[in-house]
Amino acid sequence: MNSNSTPAQVSDPVGSKETPPQTSPEDNRRDHWALRLLTASSAGRNLGLVLAFGLLCLVGYATAPERFIDVDNFMTILRLASVIGVVSIGMTFVITGGGIDLSVGAILALSSVWATTLATQTLADDTHWIVMVSTALLVGAGCGLVNGLLVAYGKVVPFIATLAMLASARGLAEILSDRRTQIITAQGFADFFRADVVGVPVLVIMFALVAIAGWVLLNRTTFGRRTFAVGGNIEAARLAGINVHRHTVMLYVLVGVCCGIAAIMLMARTTTGSSTHGTLYELDAIAAVVIGGTLLSGGRGTIGGTVLGVLIFTTLSNVFTMNNLSISAQAVAKGVIIVIAVLLQQRFANRSSSP
Amino acid sequence: MTVPEKDAAALLEMRGIVKEFPGVRALDGVDLDVRVGEVHCLLGQNGAGKSTLIKVLAGAHRPDEGEIWWEGEKVDLSSPTAAIKQGIATIYQELDLVDGLTVAENIYLGHELSRGGLLRASEARRKAQAILERLGHGEIRVGQEVGKLSPAGKQIVSMARALSRDARLIVMDEPSAVLDQEEVGNLFRVIAELTRDGVAVVYISHRLQEVKEIGDRVTVLKDGSTVSTGLDAKSTSTADLIHLMTGRSIEYVFPDRRPPAPGAPVVLEVDGLALDGTFHDVAFEVRAGQIVGLAGLVGAGRSEILETVYGARKASAGSVRVDGKRLRPGSVHTAVAAGIGLAPEERKSQGLLLDHAVYRNISVSSMTRFARAGFLGSKQERIAAAEITRSLDVRPAGVDQAVRTLSGGNQQKVVLARWLMRHCRVLLLDEPTRGVDVGARSEIYALVRSLADQGVAVVVVSSEVEEVLGLADQVLVVREGEIVHRGPAQEITEHQVLDLVMAGSAA
Repeated sequence: MNSNSTPAQVSDPVGSKETPPQTSPEDNRRDHWALRLLTASSAGRNLGLVLAFGLLCLVGYATAPERFIDVDNFMTILRLASVIGVVSIGMTFVITGGGIDLSVGAILALSSVWATTLATQTLADDTHWIVMVSTALLVGAGCGLVNGLLVAYGKVVPFIATLAMLASARGLAEILSDRRTQIITAQGFADFFRADVVGVPVLVIMFALVAIAGWVLLNRTTFGRRTFAVGGNIEAARLAGINVHRHTVMLYVLVGVCCGIAAIMLMARTTTGSSTHGTLYELDAIAAVVIGGTLLSGGRGTIGGTVLGVLIFTTLSNVFTMNNLSISAQAVAKGVIIVIAVLLQQRFANRSSSP
Repeated sequence: MTVPEKDAAALLEMRGIVKEFPGVRALDGVDLDVRVGEVHCLLGQNGAGKSTLIKVLAGAHRPDEGEIWWEGEKVDLSSPTAAIKQGIATIYQELDLVDGLTVAENIYLGHELSRGGLLRASEARRKAQAILERLGHGEIRVGQEVGKLSPAGKQIVSMARALSRDARLIVMDEPSAVLDQEEVGNLFRVIAELTRDGVAVVYISHRLQEVKEIGDRVTVLKDGSTVSTGLDAKSTSTADLIHLMTGRSIEYVFPDRRPPAPGAPVVLEVDGLALDGTFHDVAFEVRAGQIVGLAGLVGAGRSEILETVYGARKASAGSVRVDGKRLRPGSVHTAVAAGIGLAPEERKSQGLLLDHAVYRNISVSSMTRFARAGFLGSKQERIAAAEITRSLDVRPAGVDQAVRTLSGGNQQKVVLARWLMRHCRVLLLDEPTRGVDVGARSEIYALVRSLADQGVAVVVVSSEVEEVLGLADQVLVVREGEIVHRGPAQEITEHQVLDLVMAGSAA
């Protein structure tokens, strides 16, 4: 500490006041702008992901130069990424907050089916297609509310609570639709969501808006800060006065609403509602979130990483499809990417968190 | 206590140990030699390198430079397994027990008794029972889950584990911190027995009188290197030891009491509070500017009283009022909203978000102040946090580093800073100086007193009677969930308090 051993000053019990706090070389190094940029910005933290994404694009260019480097193809990739992307943004919140949601795909299916039942569509015909949109959002939020209440107040572990929701939501979707694909007849709905705005599909714009809103919510609001706190150490968060139960409920409602939005997007893309929509989306979303650098145990998460994770997986399947490689080969490549990404992150995390 | 012969055989010799972490030279040339059958005390302030040194000894860290000799042979403690094989057992401050396993399973964890791959569970239970009895804690049931034991109970299990391995050298990192007076006595008896059998003990403690009582020789560390080694524990004066550690020559300085203004309003009223099976009929009040101390044995219900007042446990009867307004039982959220703050006993697991930045840990309870419609302006937040850390002299000074990198005393200051920022009306402190070094202690005492002078009502729980008596205005003595004495701190002595808490206990 201080090298000049001043005699004890009993009258001033905060004894070390006389030495002004000196910034150690350590602090200076920490404050170096380049290092700060690297450690603080998500671009720095996601450098590996950006490189992987770039590499993937290079492979795409090398194997199918004309078809890959094409505005239409990029829009196709983005449009395909948008639905799972919105689900993954919601998933980022719930995982950062220390939970998990296995029911996202099932909630998406139930929302799409409920929004396209004969009753809903008739009502929409009589009034406005916005009825379908609200239905999807409300169903998503409702399912999320049930998940959240079970986890926060029922003390059911998230894995089990949302596993139960996965089974029952998809079952309910099958009952509602009688396992039949429901065609959307409301022309206004399709016209709105299938449109392009200056060449960019509305679906892609929606994904971008959700991602930006998600980033702001996670990094710039009290809600986001509490999410990190609850996921990082729920007991400390509780004793610090955060209403952790209410917060947990809100996290699951949030991911439910994201599923509702994703349902609307998928309905627009396919012009149908179906109980098979969103099958296995939970695994795709978790994979994208985890390779994006969000800790599965909670307390750390980035929206930018999740977006990159989604883009990597979508681009991968695009490149594979262009080269006429099978879905099975895609699945293998996907698995390899997940493992490599997580291994690299652990390396990085270990190096930066030594005492 | 055994006095080692002058030329007792050297068991362990560490020479010039250096260990660097990115940006920090945690050990910078440490020498330590331990003889067979001695109690060797390791002293030093927090951050002096004690924890790193014992991790090197336990094989958890590999030194960058230096040599380790074990019974005259150079050894390489490359992994915890290698250290255990040599006969070195470590009892960490952060206990490394598996909560979900039973006491017996924990004791034999990693060296399970088995035959042909099948566990010999009943033999393990029997042997575990024998070890616990040797430690004077036969009442701990070997089939019990460790997670349900008190911190003191866990400490005993940790020690039993070391004994089960027939260790030749046992490293104890502040074992007395979670123990009460009676249990410390028990611990010392066990240590004396061990050393008689030729086991050496490296003993780390912040309590200097313990060092005098049990130690044979002392090594003092400061800023990562050995300041002095092989000092005789009995003849070296406390003042000299403190001087070696700090350069200062004060021990605990308790700030002057200023009696609360006569008309000071009652801020916290606790009436008929009870928690089934733990405590009952607890009633007290705290005025603005007053410090009330709760003294008692570990397990007497002191911490539980604080946690129930705070709403972290749901009271089975009684009421808690802040400024006359009754709080909803079992709700931390309403307690915090009413102006109560808690610095919990388990700072790391209950108090802090270890991987988060200092400023975030401070603002976590008052971030709505920096938010407009839910949006955080992190600049004001940082500035406000920096102001408070500067006034509390938190070191290092930056607010962006993870709390994990700070020493115990500075982490405690961060917890206090949180409630300072919130302008809380009632502050509940559970073991505020656990794991805090001598110098930082006085600072924390002064800080608590200055908060009281600003009108905060403070309740302090501590295992150290001296601390309660020195800091509090009013003292409540708790025994087996009951308040057995209340009165001004000046009118009771340490001896009387001990009499009160020990009477009726199993001693």
